[in-house]
Amino acid sequence: MIAGRAVVVPQDDVDTDVLYPGPFLNVTDVTQMKAHLFEGLDPALRGRLGGDTALVVGANFGCGSSREHVPQAMRAAGIRFLVGRSFARIFHRNAVNLGLPAVVCAEAVDACTEGSRLELDFERGTIAVDGAPFPISPVAPFMRAIFAAGGLEPWMRDRLDTTTLVG
Amino acid sequence: MGRTLAEKILLAHTDADTLAPGDVVMVRCDVVMTNDISGPMAFRAMERMGAARVFDPGKVVIVPDHFVPAKDERSAALQKLLRDWAHEQGVAYYEQGRGGIEHQVLVEEGWVVPGSVIAGGDSHTCTYGALGSFGTGLGSTDIAACLASGAFWQAVPTTIQVELTGTRRPFVTGKDVILAVIGELGVSGGLGSVLEFVGDGAEGLSLDERLAVANMAVEAGAETGLFPADAAVAAYLDGRTTRPWAAEHSDADAQYEGSVLIDLESVPPLVALPHSPGNVVPVSEAKGRAIDQVYIGNCANGTITDLRQAAEMLRGRTVHRRTRLIVVPASQRVYRQALAEGLLDVFAAAGALVSAPSCGACFGGSGGILAAGEAAITTTNRNFRGRMGAGESSVHLANAWVAAAAAVAGEIVDPADLGVAS
Repeated sequence: MIAGRAVVVPQDDVDTDVLYPGPFLNVTDVTQMKAHLFEGLDPALRGRLGGDTALVVGANFGCGSSREHVPQAMRAAGIRFLVGRSFARIFHRNAVNLGLPAVVCAEAVDACTEGSRLELDFERGTIAVDGAPFPISPVAPFMRAIFAAGGLEPWMRDRLDTTTLVG
Repeated sequence: MGRTLAEKILLAHTDADTLAPGDVVMVRCDVVMTNDISGPMAFRAMERMGAARVFDPGKVVIVPDHFVPAKDERSAALQKLLRDWAHEQGVAYYEQGRGGIEHQVLVEEGWVVPGSVIAGGDSHTCTYGALGSFGTGLGSTDIAACLASGAFWQAVPTTIQVELTGTRRPFVTGKDVILAVIGELGVSGGLGSVLEFVGDGAEGLSLDERLAVANMAVEAGAETGLFPADAAVAAYLDGRTTRPWAAEHSDADAQYEGSVLIDLESVPPLVALPHSPGNVVPVSEAKGRAIDQVYIGNCANGTITDLRQAAEMLRGRTVHRRTRLIVVPASQRVYRQALAEGLLDVFAAAGALVSAPSCGACFGGSGGILAAGEAAITTTNRNFRGRMGAGESSVHLANAWVAAAAAVAGEIVDPADLGVAS
């Protein structure tokens, strides 16, 4: 179970360019990256991240670029997981790969307000909003294995020398 | 039950006997590509995965293109790291002045063949679907896994069939076709799916136009866009590649998630208004908007076809005094072709600035950044808020005819009004 306090970004189709603008893509240090998170959307959002944040988002969140700077900066800024109506493909992949769960649950998004306490429970397949549980969309066993490993890097490190990856 | 083209390609790149939408499989890559943004982060992640060498140096391609030429020390350091790493690993590397924008380069240089899987550290890797290849955009950690093992995880997508019928009207290009599709599907309508383009209207698109269409499949949220390979692809690849390939098609009884039908006769030149590629209107509804900058280039529409259209519009004319025009050929080959055809002279004579092949201002990197309050019309693929510069700037997306016409008029106009035959 992972718990977090809700920070709500309600808009749909929030793109990677406003989450982390292009001019800062030559930054490679994650501690510097987090200083540019939300730059084009609302820089004040950075001040609301408390280190135990559950980011609550709308539909098609993270559309656009493949830039991994977005979830890298989110993780560095203390975002523990995301709950959304839907996620854009590459953003979702990147979040999974970094061990940053991004789960789909429109009912939980509807129930959230800023500061709500969220509890994500993969075992039960639920996300609780201030104690009220909602079922999350099924998460493939493969992705749960990635989360359990702490991301794609450790998952790969455990397998590169031992088993075939392709199946 | 029959399979879609995407399912056939993916199945051929796994060890699985069968697969169905939603299954997560490890997919083997025929080519892994990365650039000066996604590459350096991927190399470090690959090291942390415990891999010192790439899985197969013959299948890795490196193209610096985003911040080129380097705009500052930090970008220069990234490109040095990229080059040093490429040479140390013994993988293909296209130096500035010998390559261009990665997707154009990989297609031109014969890396892309029908039926292949290409993992690229850039969201517009879906461009390769123009040749019937499952090209798909990945982030740096995914690319690291590909470099280390030659495989990435993939949830098997569904397929949406996009049928294009009928004859196009004047000044309507592949750009308008994909804008029409995004206008219909919306920017998230393709989530979890592949867009497969079929029909006589799809076959009637030139290869350059198919590149533009497949390139923007990601703007509908799709995993990739696919054109089944045909004689036009075979002709393009003849003498360009030594890689073996075979044309595949979806089975007649394949299962589709949905379908979109676009009658091309009903499609006028289109414009995507700020700040979304899905905000599509006929050019007639965008007429009269004053334009500060016109940008003709990028991985969707910086091809020789686009430059020919722009030059046709600009020949004997000049760029309006309140407007600037920046032309960016997508690759060194396109640049030299345009030079040989006299197109660069047309641009220069019209008062345009011709810049080096680069991703440049398309993503706000360098070379054509917009000031607050400025409006642009571009042949690029994204017009997100602030993408090309100031948050208070605005970008309109259109084809090269429409963009060049706006450069002449200083405002958005219907190219038909300028008296040039398309």
